[in-house]
Amino acid sequence: VSATLTPVSPPQADKPRSDAGVGGRIFAWVKRNWLWVVFALPGIVWLLLLFVIPLYVVFTIVFGQIDPIFRTPLPVWNPIEWNTVAFDDVFKHIFGSDGYFGPALLRTLIFVVSASVLCLVIAYPVAYFTARYAGRHRGLLLAALIAPFWISYMMRMLAWVNLLQNDGLINRALHANVDWLSGRPIVVILGLVYGYVPYMILPLYAGLDRFSPNVLEAARDLGAGRLETFRRVTLPLSMPAIIAAVLLTCLPMLGDYFTNDLLSASPSTSMVGNLINNSVLVPGQTGQAGAFVLLVLLVSLAPMLFYVRSARREGLAS
Amino acid sequence: MTVLQRPPVELNTVPHRRRGMRGWWEDPWRAPRFLQFITIGYLLWSLLPVVVAVIFSFNAGKSRTVWQGFSFRWYWEDPVRSVWHDDTLHTALVHTFVLGILTTIITVPLGVAFALGVDRWHGRLPSGANFVMLLSFVIPETLLAVALLFLVTEVSQPLELGTTAQVAGLVTFQLSYPVVIVRARLLTIGKQYEEAAVDLGASPIGAIRRVLLPMLAPAIFVSIVLVFADVVDDFVIVRYLSSDGSTEPVSVKIYNTARAAPTPALNALATLVLLASLLSVVLGLVVFRWLSRGERGRSSIESFAEGL
Repeated sequence: VSATLTPVSPPQADKPRSDAGVGGRIFAWVKRNWLWVVFALPGIVWLLLLFVIPLYVVFTIVFGQIDPIFRTPLPVWNPIEWNTVAFDDVFKHIFGSDGYFGPALLRTLIFVVSASVLCLVIAYPVAYFTARYAGRHRGLLLAALIAPFWISYMMRMLAWVNLLQNDGLINRALHANVDWLSGRPIVVILGLVYGYVPYMILPLYAGLDRFSPNVLEAARDLGAGRLETFRRVTLPLSMPAIIAAVLLTCLPMLGDYFTNDLLSASPSTSMVGNLINNSVLVPGQTGQAGAFVLLVLLVSLAPMLFYVRSARREGLAS
Repeated sequence: MTVLQRPPVELNTVPHRRRGMRGWWEDPWRAPRFLQFITIGYLLWSLLPVVVAVIFSFNAGKSRTVWQGFSFRWYWEDPVRSVWHDDTLHTALVHTFVLGILTTIITVPLGVAFALGVDRWHGRLPSGANFVMLLSFVIPETLLAVALLFLVTEVSQPLELGTTAQVAGLVTFQLSYPVVIVRARLLTIGKQYEEAAVDLGASPIGAIRRVLLPMLAPAIFVSIVLVFADVVDDFVIVRYLSSDGSTEPVSVKIYNTARAAPTPALNALATLVLLASLLSVVLGLVVFRWLSRGERGRSSIESFAEGL
């Protein structure tokens, strides 16, 4: 009798589950997730082998040894055995008295910042007009704005090389004989602007298209003028899009060397991308190229993480 | 990328307008002229140089700056230096398309599967993998290219400089496009259709194959077009991972010869790639329209553009 009065204790009720134990839980997990694991795994393995490991290889070479005879790099896989000779060397040439890398880095900063500002000055009005005023021509206008995306970067630079040659159309139109293509910073900056503006227009358009014109009407109804509305409503609302767009154009510019090579081909305008490109294929200088890669990676890491975080916030990534 | 409301009214169609300069200036809803001006100026500036380059690919003479009459000399008529007869140009063109096709074939299924898996499998590993994927989207291409070059030259067992390494590198760099596009689409679809299919007796795989995949078709299609058009134009990765002249695509050819007094054959070569890109995009747009027919909301070109 007493046995029947014993209350059914929670542990007993839980018994089947705890009987299943670790094995059971793993089984349930596998049953629930196996399909998604199978789907995701190839991509995960691919990214590991061809994205994460290559970046680690850069470290092993920068902090590794160099074969004394063949001048080929000997990667060192164990971080404990890393030495910083290549990195010290690069730093000495950036900040030291014989700092011939310093000017190039400073120039990169100036070029990238001024090109981005110019890009924004062009891209924002274009994106704003397309999002707000294009009306029934919107589809056509968008198609024309996307067009540079489908034209290879090299093709577009080639077009400018043709125009800016000594006997090119620009010189003939101006009746001048200007040597545009040898080491003019302004030509390189405008080349960067020309190359990267399309990458800025689309994210800006997507962002500006997103907020409702009602808020602008409300601002005007409440007595704000055109400029006031822009400054206090439009601009703050489009800030996330502006930041994303600037990041999306700045980051590739940091590694750009080809614009420079095609439109200037002079060391007087080299950027950090040129430093990488000039040393990466030279035997014995791979460590130096790697060090510059790490340097750019270090600089671009914060903007990259910022972009990824804002992309996640938008719900693209859980 | 989410479904958005269209603006309910056009701002510049308010009736009672006052006439004259003063009326125009005081009209609170006028479309600012300078915006129109900048937009048109931008379009001319961005497209005219390319149009000029295309025109000069039809030049009868050797110059890329002085017009000497129309001909197809640099396409096929010149027996030595036209794209058709010059082996190096010919090879570059073929290699460009080989890379485009191979990379697209690998990237899109890999990316779509990854997107589905990461979207539904909750945990540390998939969210970490997703984070890494987003990093690969924004990393400056030069950095990835150098890293892959080091991998291939210093470690490399199966990878060799040339087509294999180029395709491997391109897939890595392009993987994020299908993933981002498909995940955005998954977000708008939601889970209910799939759950309904399972409730009605479909197996999980059956639900994906017969319900989810057809709904994802427009997104998958945009990815195909986007990846192909982008790979055909790629320069940084393919240059570092090429082995010799036979694996240099058109973009590398342009880089190597643009400053070394080339003939209009180079323009012709670039024009052909441009044509292929544009054709694939136009075809893409038409098919995209057809695939997403019957869906309410945005015009197809807008959703197509936002897919980018």
